[in-house]
Amino acid sequence: MSTLNTAAPTRAARSGDWARRAPLLPALIFTVLLTQLPFLATIWYSLGSWNLLRPGSQQFNGLANYVAVFTDTQFLKAALNTVVITAGCVLVSMALGIGFALLLDRKFLGRGVVRTMLITPFLILPVATALLWKTTMLDPVFGLVGFALSPFGLGEVDWATQFPVASIVAALVWQWTPFMMLLVLAGLQSQGHDVLEAGQVDGAGAWQMFSFVTLPHLRRYIELGVLLGSIYVVNTFDTIYMMTQGGPGTASANLPFTIYQRAFLGFDIGQSAAMGVVVVIGTIIVAMLALRLIFRTFLSSQEQKS
Amino acid sequence: MTATADHAKTARPVPPTTTGAARKGGRPGRRKSGPGGRALTVFTWAVALVFISPVLWMVLTAFKQEGDAYTDPPKVLFTPTLEQFGAVLGGDFLPYVGNSAIATLFSTALVLLLGVPAAYALSIAPVRRTKDVLFFFISTKMLPVVAVIVPLYVAAGRIRMLDNIWTLVLLYTAMNLPIAVWMLRSFFLEVPTGIIEAARLEGASLSRVLWSVMLPVMAPGIAATALICMIFSWNEFFFALNLTAAKAATVPVFMTGFITSEGLYWAQLSAAATVVSLPIVIVGWVAQRQLVRGLSMGAVK
Repeated sequence: MSTLNTAAPTRAARSGDWARRAPLLPALIFTVLLTQLPFLATIWYSLGSWNLLRPGSQQFNGLANYVAVFTDTQFLKAALNTVVITAGCVLVSMALGIGFALLLDRKFLGRGVVRTMLITPFLILPVATALLWKTTMLDPVFGLVGFALSPFGLGEVDWATQFPVASIVAALVWQWTPFMMLLVLAGLQSQGHDVLEAGQVDGAGAWQMFSFVTLPHLRRYIELGVLLGSIYVVNTFDTIYMMTQGGPGTASANLPFTIYQRAFLGFDIGQSAAMGVVVVIGTIIVAMLALRLIFRTFLSSQEQKS
Repeated sequence: MTATADHAKTARPVPPTTTGAARKGGRPGRRKSGPGGRALTVFTWAVALVFISPVLWMVLTAFKQEGDAYTDPPKVLFTPTLEQFGAVLGGDFLPYVGNSAIATLFSTALVLLLGVPAAYALSIAPVRRTKDVLFFFISTKMLPVVAVIVPLYVAAGRIRMLDNIWTLVLLYTAMNLPIAVWMLRSFFLEVPTGIIEAARLEGASLSRVLWSVMLPVMAPGIAATALICMIFSWNEFFFALNLTAAKAATVPVFMTGFITSEGLYWAQLSAAATVVSLPIVIVGWVAQRQLVRGLSMGAVK
């Protein structure tokens, strides 16, 4: 397919080049305008002090915002919360997702219905999910979780106040487990039938089959799920906004929520921009890993085809 | 419905198996059925029911009087009422739905308008540096939105586009375009190149190839991409919260009204949550075979 056009760089070929490039340009220009330009502006804002409420207060002050950000205990706490929430959510939902996928990877009565049920939490409006978890699930008096746990003496715990980060992680895990499950299930179903049969012929037990045949095969899918999940969950804002508002105090605020507070409640544009830039740098590091993985998975699946 | 279902059947490379069980995406059961298999089935069903219990509880609570929503132990038997749905739909709810519908439908249309040609240029007739362009698109998806919200807010304010639904349309388009380009590209790559070459040999122009040859083949993939974009746009909260106020607020912003009044309105909250989630739950159920492909940006089928 790639050898379709190997014309010499004549004038005709060059105009053909442009004809082929033309369909790409609108999307490219649109994306640059709406994502790259604002980010450049953010970098610019991060080098100045500017309070939104005072017009004309804009002033260049170099790297002062960055110094302030890195000595800001609230920022550091938020960074830690971001790591805890992201890692907690991704790891637990991946473990559950693998379990669910294994349960679904066999024929049984109502498989389609169970599968449909299990993906549903991912489809509920995330804002509504957060609110429902905070109220009907985790309420200390009338919540369903308290009712279910009351035989264990955990009936009257005010989860969202006493364990705000864990409560947020619980709601996020519920929301993201279907995502992990779908990825792992796709991996399980792409497994070669002959390998499994060979293993069975060789007399491998179920656990041996899983750890020596299935798990290595799933590795790529698990890595992909962990990295994509991290990229989505790092940006979590709605769950925190709806469940705890970052509280009590700033106990459960992550970086996106803290930046939001600085910008839209504190009106401190310079500092919130500096925080944004720091978050981007952190994300880029994770994203690079993810991108390489996506490319590898993507390209190898193309090779399989041809 | 049929579009995506058909697609799942035709485009999925079905491995040669001895039975016909592969048709539904499954394989012959690895575990032998019998008492053990039956127990596992029961266990699976139990796990699924526990996992989905918050959703079941939401729907159940939506049909309660507020008094029945606050009981210890929780009430399962009660006289159902449609009062809460009436209260939600009777309030100022519909403008929010209208805004969400505009933001979702128009941004999805715009994504396809920009994304289909771009994906074509990156797959069927690959331009130079295709890999770099793909890399660029996907990298924008990894840019945290918090890093661009301030300039967007300031810029929208300057051009008087704050609290304007079309601002959200544009931003949701930018948000979904990278996913769509990747996803569409993965569908384009599955199109047999023979039919394109044949059309080109007969002298069809580029646009004609796109419209008359490619589009019919691509329709299921385009539908799947559109559904994924709709899910993300309908659920988006951050931009909507920060860039809209009374006029252009969307459904997730409507839900914030329940934060302060919680403790009194669980049944109504549940009814609202049910109503606002319903469109996407249906879309997701219909597109479930394509969900994984969209979420992994085309990397996993």
